Amino acid sequence: MAAPAQRRIIFQHIDEPGYSNDLACYVRNGGYEVLKKSVTRPPAELIDEVKKSGLRGRGGAGFPCGVKWGLVDRKSGKPIYLIVNADESEPGTFKDRYIMHQDPHQLIEGTMISCFANNVKQAYIYIRGEMPHGARILERAIAEARAAGFVGKNICGTTYSCDIFVHRGAGAYICGEETGLIESLEGKRANPRIKPPYFPAVLGLYQCPTIVNNVETLCHVKYIVEHGGDAFTKVGTPNNTGTRIFCVSGHVQRPGYYEFEAGKITMGQLLYEVCGGPLPGRTFKAVIPGGSSAKILRFGERFKGKRKVGAEMVDYDWGVEDVPMDFDSLGMIGTMGGSGGVIVMDDTVNMVEALANINAFYSHESCGQCTPCREGSLWMKKITTRMVHGQARNEDAALLKSVADQIPGRTICAFGEACSWPTQSFIAKFGDEFKQYPETKKAAKPVGAHELV
Amino acid sequence: MIAPPKPDLVTVNIDGREIAVPKGTNVIEAARLVNVDVPHYCYHPKLTIVGNCRMCLIEMGMPAVDPATKAPIIDPVTGKPKINWIPRPQIGCGTNVSPGLHVKTTSPMVKDAREGVMEFLLINHPLDCPICDQAGECKLQEQSTGYGRGYSRFVEQKNVKPKRTQLGPRVTLDDERCILCSRCIRFSKEIAKDDVLGFVDRGSYSTLTCFPGKQLANNYSLNTVDICPVGALTSTDFRFKMRVWFLKQTNSIDTETSVGANTVVWSREGQIYRLTPRRNDDVNDTWMPDSGRELFKAVMAADRLVATTHLDALVAQAAELFKMNASAGAIAVVGSGRSSVEEQFLTKKLAAALKASTQLVSRVGQGDQLLISADRNPNVRGALVTGLISKLPKVGDATPLSRSTKGAVAAPIRTGGLTDLAASIDAGKVKVVVSIGEDLIAAGLTAAQLANVSVVYLGTHANATSAAAKIVFPTLSVFEKNGTFVNQQFRLQKFAKAVPGPQGATDDLIVLAKLTAAASSAPMASDLGSLWTLISAEVPAFAMTSYAQVPETGLLIDATPFAALPFVEGETLHFKPAAAAVALDS
Ligand SMILES: Cc1cc2nc3c(=O)[nH]c(=O)nc-3n(C[C@H](O)[C@H](O)[C@H](O)COP(=O)(O)O)c2cc1C
Ligand code: SF4
Ligand code: SF4
Ligand code: FES
Repeated sequence: MAAPAQRRIIFQHIDEPGYSNDLACYVRNGGYEVLKKSVTRPPAELIDEVKKSGLRGRGGAGFPCGVKWGLVDRKSGKPIYLIVNADESEPGTFKDRYIMHQDPHQLIEGTMISCFANNVKQAYIYIRGEMPHGARILERAIAEARAAGFVGKNICGTTYSCDIFVHRGAGAYICGEETGLIESLEGKRANPRIKPPYFPAVLGLYQCPTIVNNVETLCHVKYIVEHGGDAFTKVGTPNNTGTRIFCVSGHVQRPGYYEFEAGKITMGQLLYEVCGGPLPGRTFKAVIPGGSSAKILRFGERFKGKRKVGAEMVDYDWGVEDVPMDFDSLGMIGTMGGSGGVIVMDDTVNMVEALANINAFYSHESCGQCTPCREGSLWMKKITTRMVHGQARNEDAALLKSVADQIPGRTICAFGEACSWPTQSFIAKFGDEFKQYPETKKAAKPVGAHELV
Repeated sequence: MIAPPKPDLVTVNIDGREIAVPKGTNVIEAARLVNVDVPHYCYHPKLTIVGNCRMCLIEMGMPAVDPATKAPIIDPVTGKPKINWIPRPQIGCGTNVSPGLHVKTTSPMVKDAREGVMEFLLINHPLDCPICDQAGECKLQEQSTGYGRGYSRFVEQKNVKPKRTQLGPRVTLDDERCILCSRCIRFSKEIAKDDVLGFVDRGSYSTLTCFPGKQLANNYSLNTVDICPVGALTSTDFRFKMRVWFLKQTNSIDTETSVGANTVVWSREGQIYRLTPRRNDDVNDTWMPDSGRELFKAVMAADRLVATTHLDALVAQAAELFKMNASAGAIAVVGSGRSSVEEQFLTKKLAAALKASTQLVSRVGQGDQLLISADRNPNVRGALVTGLISKLPKVGDATPLSRSTKGAVAAPIRTGGLTDLAASIDAGKVKVVVSIGEDLIAAGLTAAQLANVSVVYLGTHANATSAAAKIVFPTLSVFEKNGTFVNQQFRLQKFAKAVPGPQGATDDLIVLAKLTAAASSAPMASDLGSLWTLISAEVPAFAMTSYAQVPETGLLIDATPFAALPFVEGETLHFKPAAAAVALDS
C-alpha cells in the first residue's frame, strides 16, 4: 500500500519558499486571526472544543489536553499559570525546535488562545538552555506580537491581558519533566516533585494551579479552535486525533521531519517510502519509535493480539513495518509513540554499543533525587561501558535486566521508566547479542560500523 | 492543662490490623502505632516530605466500591470488603491515611522494592563502617541487615567523592557516605533558617556542599549530624573519639536557657563524650543548639573546685560564721536560677533558718526564636514556684560573658539583679553573703563590696567570688547529680546523673541540707525521695507530684499564680510569651 500524503497542519507554512518567522509574514498568511476571534468567545467554549477534539499531549505521555485543562483548580482564587514546555531534550526528538525557529508566532498564537481559554494572566515558555537561537527568535517574536497587541495588555483591544516570558532552561534533560521544570522556573534545581501532592493543576508554579503543555500540543490548539474540535477528530484516527510530527533520525536515506495524520501511516510506509529505506547495502535492524526512552522494536518480530476497530474487536498480526503510527497501536505492541522521535538502526549497529550510548545519556541526566533512578541508571551505564571498553561477561545481560527491573514504578518521576525501558527492551529483544558480546568483541567490526566513544 | 481538641480519626488496616489514627497522619507514623516498622531514610517527622530515598515503598490498596451504588464490594470468598491493590509500590512517607486504606508491608512486592533500594544505596557506598563514627547507630547498617539481600552483585568501580570536607566549624562531611536524602539541606533551610547546603552535580555524582562562600556555622549545625542517617555528617568534636555502643545514655536537660531542651548525655567510665537532643514534641522537637552541646566540657575543666578539707569541718566553720551573724538581715543568700528545684527549695529553707534575705542573679541575653530564649537561667520559674523568690530578679547591665559558649551566641549576656544587695552591703547591714554558685563580681558587686563581707560559696568552678570567699564548698555540675528544672512553659523536667563528680566535690543538696541543719539545729533531708515529700507538702504547684512521677517528657504545672509577671522571654519553638511579657528579644 502506498504511503498517504503528508498532512501538514503544524508545518502548513514551514519550509514554504519565502516563509519567514517574522510577524508580517505570519499575519500575511492569516496569522492571529484565530486569536482575534477567540477573545470574543466565552472561554468555556474554547475549552469545550479542545475537549471534543480529543487532542493528546505531544510531550511524550499523550495525556488528553482537554482532561488536563479540566483538572485545573479554578476555585483556589490563586492565579493560573501556563507553561509551554519547550525543553525538548529527549534524544531523537527535534520538532519543537523547528517549530520555534521557523514559525514562532504559531506557538505564540496557540499559547495566547490557551491562556485566554484558561483565564491565564501569565505564561512562560521554558526553552531548552542549549537553544539560545530559539530563545532569541521567540523573544523577538513576542516583542513583535506585544507591539501589535497580541500579547501583553488589552489583547486585540479587549480587557484581557496576558504576558509571556521566555525562560531559558538549566541545561538538563530533567528540566523537561513538568514538575522539575516548575522547580527550575522557580529558580531551583530541577528536582521533580512528588505527586501527590504536587500535581501542577493544583500546586504547580509558586504553588499555584499550572498548565504545562508541549509546544506542538499548543500549536494544535490553535487549529482546533479555528476549525472546531469535531473537525480535528476527523483528522487522524479515533482516540489518536490530529497529526503527528515524526522526527526520523538514524540509518535511513532521508531523515527529517514528517507530519502525518496519526495512525494513517505505518512504520514501514514511513521508513521505506517516505524516508527512502535503508542506506545502500544495509537492512533495518531496529527502531525506537518515540524518543530514546521508548522500548525498542526489532525488525522481524511479530505482534499478535486483538484490537478495537470501530465497535468490533479484530485480530492483528503485525510485523514492525505494519504498525500504524499512533499512541494506541504503539502502546499495544509494548512501546510508545512518545515524543515522535523515530530512531532507526541498521545492521551495522551493535545493540550492546547502542545501549551503552543510551545508558550514558540517562545516567548523566538523572537528577539524582531518588535512589533507584540515580544509582540504577549509573550502574547500568557502568555495566554497558565495561562491556564495550573492558571485559564483557556472559552474565551481564541477566544482571542488566535485573538492575533495570528494580527501577520503574519506584521513582518520583517517569525518568525511572525512561532510563530502564531501553535496557529492559534491548535485553528482551536482543538478548543473544548481549550474551554473545564477549565473543563479538574479539571479531572484526563490520564495515561502516560506528565507533563508540 | 487544657486537653488538645480531639482529632478526626481515620481507620486504616496495616498488615491485617485495624487502627484508628488522626487524619493527616502518614503511613509510616500510622504503622509505628501498631509497631510495624516501615524503613525510611529521607523522611523525618519534623521536616517537609520529599520522598526521595524510596526506602519506604509499600503496597497499598483501597476498598473497591460499586461504581453505580458506591457501596463497598464484598469478596465472596473471604466475606470481607474487596481491596483494589495499587499495582505499584507507593511511598509511606508521602501518603496520608484515608478511610479504609489498606497497607501491606511484608508482601513480595515490598520485599523486592526494599532489597532493590538497599542494593542501590550500597553499590556506591564506601562501606567503611570499621572506621565510621556512625557505625552502631547507622540506619544504612540497620536496614541493610534488616531488609537487604546480604550479598553484592556490583563489580564496577565505585564513585569517588570528597572524603573530608569541613562544612563549618563543627561539622565534617564525608560525601562518599552521603545517601543524598537531603535531610540536612531541609533542616538548614526549614528549621535553622540558614539555607547554606545544597547538591551540586547530577545523578549518582550529586555531591553535598555548602553554597559558594557560605559555611554551615549556625548554632544548630550539629543537628544535621544527628539526623544524617549515615556517617556522612559527623561532629568534628566527637569524630573518632569513641564507639557509640560503648557509651551509656543518660537523660538530661540543656541548662543554657529557660527553654530546657531535652538532651541525652553519652558517657563512658565517668567521662562524657557528647550531648545530643532527646525528642520532646512539646519542647525542642528533635533539636538542640550547638552551644548546649559543649557544656559538658566544663566538667573536666582544670578550674574545677575540689575540697581538701573535710565537708563536716567546712560546715562547722560556716555554722560558726552564721552564729556570729545571727541578727536578722545580717546574712544574705544569693540563690541561683541554675540550681535545681530541690536545691532552690533547700536554699529557701537555709535562708529562712538564717533569717536571711534572698535574691537571684538574672541572666538575660538575646533569644533566637528557636531554642535559645532570652532568659539564660534554666530555672528561674523553679525559684518562683518554690518560693525562693517572689518577684523576678532585676535585669542587669550588659557585661561580657563569664563562661564563654565559644562565640556561638553572639550577643552579650546581661548578668545582674543584685543592686539591692549591693546597697545593703554599702549600708553595712549585710555581713555575710551565701552564694549558691553565683559569681557575685560577674553579677555586678564590686571587689570592694565583697571585701566588706564574709562570703560562703557553693560552686563548681573557680572564679573571683570563690577566690574571695571565706568558705568554699565544691559542688556538682548538672551532669553529676539528679534533679528537676521548671522551664519557661512551667514544665517540670528531670535530669539525671550521668557521671560521678570529682573527688572532693559534694552534691549541692547535701551541702545545703547540712548547712540548713546547722543553722536550724534540726535535721534536714538531702535525698530526692524525702525532699519531694516535703516539697509536695509545702509547694502548692507540686502538691500532686513526686519525683518518681515526673515523666521523661516533663510535667506542666499550674502557672496561673505567676501569669502577671514580666518574664523576659520572647517567642521560641514551642513557647509564646503571655501578652504582658516584656519581650527583650524581638
Ligand atoms: C524525564 C522526562 C522528560 C521530559 N521532557 C519533556 C520535554 O523535553 N518536552 C516536553 O514537552 N515534555 C517532556 N516531558 C513530559 C512532561 O512532563 C509533560 O508531560 C508534558 O510537557 C506535558 O505536555 P503535553 O500534555 O502537552 O504533552 C518529560 C517527561 C519526563 C518524565
Ligand atoms: S526518577 Fe530520576 S530524574 Fe526523576 S526524580 Fe527520581 S532521580 Fe530524579
Ligand atoms: S549528608 Fe546525610 S543528611 Fe545530608 S543528604 Fe547526605 S545522607 Fe542525607
Ligand atoms: S522515606 Fe524516603 S521516600 Fe519515603
